[in-house]
Amino acid sequence: MARVTTVVCVTVIATESLSKRFPRVTALDRLSVDIGPGVTGLVGANGAGKSTLIKILLGLSPATEGRAEVLGLDVAAPSSGRAIRERVGYMPEHDCLPPDVSATEFVVHMARMSGLPPAAARERTADTLRHVGLYEERYRPIGGYSTGMKQRVKLAQALVHDPELVFLDEPTNGLDPVGRDDMLGLIRRIHTDFGISVLVTSHLLGELERTCDHVVVIDGGKLLRSSSTTDFTRTTTTLAIEVTDSETHPDGTRAVREALHARGLDTRNEGAGLPGAGHILLLTAEGEETYDLVRDVVADLGLGLVRMEQRRHHISEVFTDDGHSSDEQRKEAVGHGG
Amino acid sequence: MAVEHPLPAPAGDQTRIHDIGYRGYDGPRLGRAYARRSLFAQSLRGSYGLGRSVKSKVLPMVLFAVMCVPAAIMVAVTVFTKAHELPVTYTRYAIIMQAVISLYVAAQAPQSVSRDLRFKTVPLYFSRPIETADYVRAKFASLASAIFILTATPLLVMYVGALLAKLGFAHQTKEFAEGLVSVALLSLLFAGIGLVIAAVTPRRGFGIAAVIAVMIISYGAVSTLQAIANVQNHSSAIPWIGLFSPVTLIDGVQSAFLGATARNPGAINPSAGQGVVYVLVVLGLIAGSYGLLMRRYKKVGL
Repeated sequence: MARVTTVVCVTVIATESLSKRFPRVTALDRLSVDIGPGVTGLVGANGAGKSTLIKILLGLSPATEGRAEVLGLDVAAPSSGRAIRERVGYMPEHDCLPPDVSATEFVVHMARMSGLPPAAARERTADTLRHVGLYEERYRPIGGYSTGMKQRVKLAQALVHDPELVFLDEPTNGLDPVGRDDMLGLIRRIHTDFGISVLVTSHLLGELERTCDHVVVIDGGKLLRSSSTTDFTRTTTTLAIEVTDSETHPDGTRAVREALHARGLDTRNEGAGLPGAGHILLLTAEGEETYDLVRDVVADLGLGLVRMEQRRHHISEVFTDDGHSSDEQRKEAVGHGG
Repeated sequence: MAVEHPLPAPAGDQTRIHDIGYRGYDGPRLGRAYARRSLFAQSLRGSYGLGRSVKSKVLPMVLFAVMCVPAAIMVAVTVFTKAHELPVTYTRYAIIMQAVISLYVAAQAPQSVSRDLRFKTVPLYFSRPIETADYVRAKFASLASAIFILTATPLLVMYVGALLAKLGFAHQTKEFAEGLVSVALLSLLFAGIGLVIAAVTPRRGFGIAAVIAVMIISYGAVSTLQAIANVQNHSSAIPWIGLFSPVTLIDGVQSAFLGATARNPGAINPSAGQGVVYVLVVLGLIAGSYGLLMRRYKKVGL
């Protein structure tokens, strides 16, 4: 934990109008983000530019324009790519493990490739494999491992040289729900217990909500949003309202909706199919005055206010431009993510 | 003043397992050159199946034995018959055994590079403090060293045997040195050609077949053409034809400059001018294969 306090730079990754253009596609389009220490999620659909960004940050692919800094080092400066890669770990999205060697041999080799002397490489390998949850099986050839175990080996090789920052590209790919939860817990621990900052990419938004301190959403190489996960769920609050019907207003919900609409406040219905659907109005609260407005409108109509509650925002609502938000749609958005 | 407690250290205490949590690493990071050396060492060991499964040790070890046994037999014959010369010269040995060397290259060049491509380990290397050039150099040097071990060990056996048989020291040493230069060139050339071919495909089988085709079939074709040229009295063409296969290239270089006799039909040594062409072609091929590998891995990247 001592190392957390020794991190001097507040920004771990910084990009400034970073662009990457290939002859046919623009992978990154003037992307400017600042990422601090902690666990940061990089969200986007496949092809949104996540892997391209990681390549540039590792100093392996030059940016077309703009600049990027990792751990205070400019990625474009000569020989800083090597300095960055010495202090950064990388877990690729795809399979990258030879099947005919054991996890121990493989991770020791990768530790030495990161510059660790032989004895330190062996010691760190044993430690790291234990931390990611590989015990006796680490002496068997990797070919016989399950997907979950392989993901752990991939994670171990990214951590074995005790980097200050790791890039994890889709670490939960191909895992079952239990394996997914284990992996997410491990990612959380990489920061809380190991003191290593994490940039984790995913197209699954739900899991990043739980794991990350900060989420960056990119789409088509452009920045959609960058904020902490608490910001995501707090700055705009969804308010759910349920009212009674009265004799003058047989459909109270509709009367409230029309009255609110007349005062310039848009509402939407809770998704169909749920109990009470059609009777619950959702609206976006922009501040204290929204609550007052709702109270006044309901009172003026002479209806009873059954419920007025805050709904917690989900990150996926970033993607639902038309403002529909229900649990069903959240799941859909989670599926396509961009 | 703090009271000093004597440290009780019962033996049982030492076996307790403590969860010490995560420990960072503050030790030295040896950087790029060390990483390149580590990759070289790992690849060289891998070329003989060391640090890998028993199955992958079989072929390189068998080929190594096949290379050395004839040399040992020749030494034994020389010692027992009290001959004044080794039955085969140092420079000729590798040419006689060319099929074994080609087989070794065909098996180990894909082992060295195709595996990394096939299992996509290459991006892991390039996410570490090495560059494309370091990877290519480490792989090139390791395969060349492996071939050198394969080809120079029998020469060493012959040299030691020749000294034991009390053959002329100065003469043997000079010929042994010429032999070493020749197999060193051969190692670089074969490693370059083998790696370029193997680096094209992630499929090991294709790599093996392609290397065999280039090494052994080209030698067969060139020898046949040389034989035809010899029969038809076009013997001046023989050295030029020899430029088109790796084995005859080395044969040409050593018969021009390293005191060997050409192994081509008619035993026609290249002239000095032709010898220069041979050397240039060999060096060009070595440099060219390095360049091609660099180009190949620039693209593979991450």
